[in-house]
Amino acid sequence: MKLCRVVGTLVSTAKHPAYIGRKVLICQPLSESGAETGDAIVAVDRVQAGIGDTVLVNQEGSGTRQLLGTVDGKLPIRSLIVGVVDEVALG
Amino acid sequence: MPVLWDSPQPMYLGRVIGTCVASRKYTGLEGVKLLVVQPVDRGLRPKGAPLVACDTVRAGPGELVYLVASREASMALDEAFVPVDAAIVGIVDDIDQRDPEVAP
Repeated sequence: MKLCRVVGTLVSTAKHPAYIGRKVLICQPLSESGAETGDAIVAVDRVQAGIGDTVLVNQEGSGTRQLLGTVDGKLPIRSLIVGVVDEVALG
Repeated sequence: MPVLWDSPQPMYLGRVIGTCVASRKYTGLEGVKLLVVQPVDRGLRPKGAPLVACDTVRAGPGELVYLVASREASMALDEAFVPVDAAIVGIVDDIDQRDPEVAP
């Protein structure tokens, strides 16, 4: 899982049926110091996160399928926000 | 499917910059529309090299889209487990980057 900050909400009308009714957010990965690093992630939200929240993003398809369910064994979603982070302590 | 570089994230934003036609394709890829996509960062600036993705939402050149990579890309298609590693799964209408807790 990656620590990310939610930086935007994505609005989409034409989308794959698997995304209907799901909230899609833009997340920016964070370094251990809390600075933004790397490429932005598009992720489906499961935990009512919002802009500015620090979140955990699970980037693995099998866990996402177990949580969201599948149609004919298929679900084209890979990145899923699974937690809103209150605090990170290092060292 | 010919992909020109590894996708930047498992799910990411991109802009469609062209179409790709391949007449000889792997079984199961017949009828699948291929588009050339330039990945973009959160500021919608181009980042990295373009790649070829299959389309599930009838996107066209110039449109901002989001994509899913790797095994989940094949799950976006009707045919089960065809050899693709990037699929367009939505056309972006708008991205709201305002913080609702900050007064406008």
